[in-house]
Amino acid sequence: MPRLISICALLCLLGVSPAQDVRAPQNLTAGEEGSVSTTGSGNATFYLFGPGVSDKQDVNLGEDVRLPGSDLQNAGQYFAVLCSGDCRSTSFFVSAARPSSLTFLVHPSRVPVAQNDAVSGVAILFDKFRNLELTAESVDFQLNAGKASLLSRAVPEKDGIAWFRAASGKSAGALQVTASLNDLETLRAVQQVASEPCNLRITGQRNASGILVQTEPVHDCTGNPVPDGTIVTFTATEDGKKSTVDAPIKQDIARAQIAASGPAVISAASGVVMGNELRLGGH
Amino acid sequence: MKIVLPVILVVGTAGLMVLALVSGGNARGTVGIAGGSAMFTPKGTTPEVALHNLLVDVQRRHWDRAYDALSKTSKADKEDFIQDWTGSNGSLRSFSALEGFDPRPLHITDDQAEMRVALHWSTPVGPIEDVRDIHLVREGDIWRAVWPKYKIPAVPAEVIPVTYLRWDLVTGTADDQWGSKNVDAPRVRIISMNAVNTAEGAIVMGEVVNEDTIPAFVNVNSTLVDGSGNAIDDETSFDKIDHVLLPKQVTPYRIDFPNIDLNKVKNVRIDVKAALVPASADPVIGVMDQKLDTDAQGKAVLQGELLNESGQTVNISHVIASFYDNSGKVVWVSDGYVDRALLPQSSEPFAVEIPKNVSDKVHNFHVVVNQYSLARS
Repeated sequence: MPRLISICALLCLLGVSPAQDVRAPQNLTAGEEGSVSTTGSGNATFYLFGPGVSDKQDVNLGEDVRLPGSDLQNAGQYFAVLCSGDCRSTSFFVSAARPSSLTFLVHPSRVPVAQNDAVSGVAILFDKFRNLELTAESVDFQLNAGKASLLSRAVPEKDGIAWFRAASGKSAGALQVTASLNDLETLRAVQQVASEPCNLRITGQRNASGILVQTEPVHDCTGNPVPDGTIVTFTATEDGKKSTVDAPIKQDIARAQIAASGPAVISAASGVVMGNELRLGGH
Repeated sequence: MKIVLPVILVVGTAGLMVLALVSGGNARGTVGIAGGSAMFTPKGTTPEVALHNLLVDVQRRHWDRAYDALSKTSKADKEDFIQDWTGSNGSLRSFSALEGFDPRPLHITDDQAEMRVALHWSTPVGPIEDVRDIHLVREGDIWRAVWPKYKIPAVPAEVIPVTYLRWDLVTGTADDQWGSKNVDAPRVRIISMNAVNTAEGAIVMGEVVNEDTIPAFVNVNSTLVDGSGNAIDDETSFDKIDHVLLPKQVTPYRIDFPNIDLNKVKNVRIDVKAALVPASADPVIGVMDQKLDTDAQGKAVLQGELLNESGQTVNISHVIASFYDNSGKVVWVSDGYVDRALLPQSSEPFAVEIPKNVSDKVHNFHVVVNQYSLARS
């Protein structure tokens, strides 16, 4: 852009007398046709400089110069320069057309339940030429978990961006996140998952091979079952020897077979969460 | 004078040939090249020579000669003997070669001998040392090894129901719109870190937990920084970590910086990288009867047994153990491979070494098992 301005300034300095003039409308819309009016008589050369555009054409002074919509697809500042012996210039601004797409980024894709400020979303508006929409429109954000609405908020965009931050819900499952503006709507899904296990409790009984130990159904503190595959580490201490089994939860319960015949103390942990301790006598 | 030089050369060459044949000793011969030994093998008139002859035959895979050299009182049949050395079921031993050996006598009488031999194996996961005690008896004027029966776990025929639990990755094909296809990487966290100085260099170690609800492929990187802020070295945990972590699983990690003095290090930067990975929750391997003990060589070890609780063969098991002091700090991480396959519902012993200066501080430990199954590769 500075180079563009320098060229325009140079071309203007070349002129000595204002034999002709050029006028442009102050605002045009991207992709729409426009025109630049000229004054004077005779022939002249017309230059158009803008974002991603440079054009040159011979024109008759005193007639309007037509600017096709294909030359004005990119939003930003344009310069019109008219040279006939000397040069005159003017500038005008092309703004984005009406929004045609709503880009919506939501983070994270998985979130533990009942976490404050855990879900965030950013909506960015573009017109059909991918120009950033800078008009202060309001974007509606909605968060729904099943039939329950967790958030419904209209947020005015600022510098082309509207955003929100919200707490996750209390139930595991899909969280539908919608951003909408007029007839535009973009949908994202966040998977709400169980939080850390809560009240991890184990039971055990002796069998022919040792001790069969298992958890009670493992839930988080809001009652959601902890996902299958989560590892529960069972530790049995017997006569100075330790046995451990990393067992995955299957259908809400983790179970393991531990070879121990004497009195044993058994405990369980999942990640950094500890469970109860179980003492079993020997055979 | 004309014949003196040729005579010297001939005598010298013959002397060197005899010397080479007799004193093959503990040389770590090139494995896989047969021949050469058939020219001359000294009689096993001493336990040392007899054991040496046996191990050379094993090294060269001359199974007939090796088995014939055993005592008739041996319990092992020929197949057992071969399988004892070559492994089976796709175990680490079956991909290994005996690179060398260092025998030494423990106790020798007129007709009985106990020998201890350090076996140096070359394996796909690096060199592994195994120590074995071998009993020899004198039969006539020849010493022969008494080979025990190799106990192959007897697996009964049975059906083991498995609720198959696995995670697959699906790459979305909807559209390429920005933000429409991201699935976040698993959330993992370093829960402890400790750096220590050893004679071999600096070691950074600790533990990582997968806090997410999906499996993660994890790797820990560390950079040592000097006083002026320049990086001295950076390394990764390589195989000293359980790379595939299921939800809420904890793994030790250890990063070695050979020949680096920790006193010259001002700062240790550490980061953990996690990626989505398909994984399975089976097989479950129990670590039974873990106990801090001293092995036959007087080294402090953590030993126990791995119990395969699933219905599929685990070909190679890798044991990684973290050791804590009485304040719960990780003071050492040690690992070791089990060279026998873990058959379904059967167990194999393991032992990992602890340095002497650390063993006194060890108050507790945690063992994880990394496993590799050919059926899944």
